[in-house]
Amino acid sequence: MSSSSPLTVDLLRFNTCGSVDDGKSTLIGRLLYDSKSLMEDQLEALERSADLTGGGQINLANLTDGLRAEREQGITIDVAYRYFATPRRKFIIADTPGHVQYTRNMVTGASTANLSIVLVDARLGVIEQSRRHTCIASLLRIPHLVVAVNKMDLVGWSEERFHEIRANFEGFLPRLDIKDVKFIPMSALNGDNVVDPSSHTPWYAGPTLLGHLEGVHIGSDWNLDGFRFPVQWVNRPNRPQDTQWHDFRGISGQIAGGIIRVGQTVMILPSGLKTTVQEIWTMDGPLEQAFCPQSITLRLAHDVDVSRGDTVIGLSSMPGVSSELRARVCWMNTRPLQAGRKYFLKHTTQTVQAVVTSIENRLNISDFEAEIGPRELTVNDLGEIRLRTSRPLVFDAYSVNRLTGSFILIEPGSNQTVGAGMLFPPTEAIKPEYTDFAI
Amino acid sequence: MSIYHLDHLQYLETESIHIMREVAAEFERPTILFSGGKDSICLLRLAEKAFRPSEIPMPFLNVDTGHHFPELNEFRDVRAAELGGRLIVRKVEDAIASGIAVPNPGEVSRNRLQIPTLLAAIEEFRFDCAIGGARRDEEKARAKERFFSFRDSFGQWDPKNQRPEIWNLYNGRVNSGEHMRVFPLSNWTEMDVWEYIRRENLAVPTIYFSHKRLCVRRQGQWLPVTSLVPPKPSEEVRELVVRVRTIGDIISTGMIESPANTVDDILIEIAAARVTERGSRADDKASEAAMEDRKKQGYF
Repeated sequence: MSSSSPLTVDLLRFNTCGSVDDGKSTLIGRLLYDSKSLMEDQLEALERSADLTGGGQINLANLTDGLRAEREQGITIDVAYRYFATPRRKFIIADTPGHVQYTRNMVTGASTANLSIVLVDARLGVIEQSRRHTCIASLLRIPHLVVAVNKMDLVGWSEERFHEIRANFEGFLPRLDIKDVKFIPMSALNGDNVVDPSSHTPWYAGPTLLGHLEGVHIGSDWNLDGFRFPVQWVNRPNRPQDTQWHDFRGISGQIAGGIIRVGQTVMILPSGLKTTVQEIWTMDGPLEQAFCPQSITLRLAHDVDVSRGDTVIGLSSMPGVSSELRARVCWMNTRPLQAGRKYFLKHTTQTVQAVVTSIENRLNISDFEAEIGPRELTVNDLGEIRLRTSRPLVFDAYSVNRLTGSFILIEPGSNQTVGAGMLFPPTEAIKPEYTDFAI
Repeated sequence: MSIYHLDHLQYLETESIHIMREVAAEFERPTILFSGGKDSICLLRLAEKAFRPSEIPMPFLNVDTGHHFPELNEFRDVRAAELGGRLIVRKVEDAIASGIAVPNPGEVSRNRLQIPTLLAAIEEFRFDCAIGGARRDEEKARAKERFFSFRDSFGQWDPKNQRPEIWNLYNGRVNSGEHMRVFPLSNWTEMDVWEYIRRENLAVPTIYFSHKRLCVRRQGQWLPVTSLVPPKPSEEVRELVVRVRTIGDIISTGMIESPANTVDDILIEIAAARVTERGSRADDKASEAAMEDRKKQGYF
């Protein structure tokens, strides 16, 4: 057995956000550079472009700014993904732009993250963008936040300035829902406290950024409580001659919550029919049990009607089943959201039609107060809406389960993804018609 | 660690299987791009994991530039047959003959000509989705691409106007004439691919392993000697012990000197590597934006 790779390494997904020129791309470049994750040809390419646009100085941002327009304008347009590994962990970085019109990309990059890094320019301190990004991280329920107070070299490594910014943040954090927040003073440009500890911050006793990323306890980000299995694809081998498979009928999908065991009673929603799990089929052989987020194929004891968009659930905790919904949305399109507008709504594995019945409020980022009854939500706005769907959704509160509590809105015609939604808890527990009717 | 825990590869695998099934469920006429290279070998294994015991519900498509390594095409045909899949091959040569692809005077490389050939095949079979094995760690334009990457009716990618991709909710809606490119291996690295090949015990073409070959020194690389671009008297030719790390056309794929004979050897070699995988691809070095330009026109 080779020693090239340990058998199990875990994975931390994080995103970086901040506003223009906070130095996000430089920070990522620095992380890769100092952790020796950059290769010679990448360094060569950097040096080539340094001669062209950087006046001879290597520009670490050129590593992530992959599109021509970005390099020319010195800004990041789109989410860039980067991969690196240390002996302790593998990392996926989503570098999300700070440009105000690209907030939707921050949502894209952050929606799958375990941890978010918000960059703050030590000279400027907390600005609206810092609040917005922290707020989005909180709404998306990213468990860990790092406030990287960058460009400390430009404020003379002032401990006082660092604490001032920290106090500023701590002033509004209690109104948000983030449990774990870490403040790190650094200079991404010079590499202080990114991978290597800085000699400029004797007053700072905490870890470097990489030290923190390697050590932060991510536990399980997945919900292992209530079994949720949105049906993706009905698996019916079309082999009439083949006796082994000709009766096979499986339902394939990825477990969106909880654990399932062979023999367990399950319910299919929205129909409410009950049956038991006969087999958990995978190509690598049957499993006794399976858990979120494994992809499996279930064989049920009864030949019940199940198709894509249905959800198979365990009986220990009941989801909501409703076509009247309340949600918080992040609006991502220049055509505003107004009451009465119709969209396609994709939730787990089904796409239904939806009409926005009302806009309840709009969140004001500067004071985190809700403005009641706005006329519309415009691009980058966050607010609460009510919706009615053409078919009921089987859902949980986003705060309970990210996968069954989230949806996207798609504009008919353009097919653009225009909104990201997070559902509020169901108002009443389900009462399926057939709860006591086992087949 | 709890027993309800997926390691890195299992996590990547379930993410990719989920994407494969979304494609099967949401598109009418999807295809899988299969070249016989290491990434597309993983794609087909993931397709098996997603759809077995059923047949893989989509055909395989390959654009043959006519400059492929023969070992690669041989492997491609054998693997497709093993899996009981339908393999569609469309040749750049035929596209040139029918005027779909027009070479510039003196243009030897078939790299650019793959694009119209691929787009014509997509049109011919009315494919509304093509699954590809591209990875974000390969190249910095790819690092910005979504799992579900929309192409307009000209097959073009518009990097500034990509659909936001949130949670695991992929928006697969296209209008007629448009299509989607889907990249289930987006989050995989070169190392992950080889670790998966080892874990799944997958066969790969022999050229990935160390062998003797006549090579010619061009632009700082050792390229295979072929009759397509024969060595000039002034060029240095040597027999070397080499393998390929990434496979492009035979006239532009740099061979690396290597004794790696097994997948384990390859993993050790990659872990110690000081250049990226695509560092040995002359087609990518054309300019800083070489990949971006090709992708905008409809490249993989």
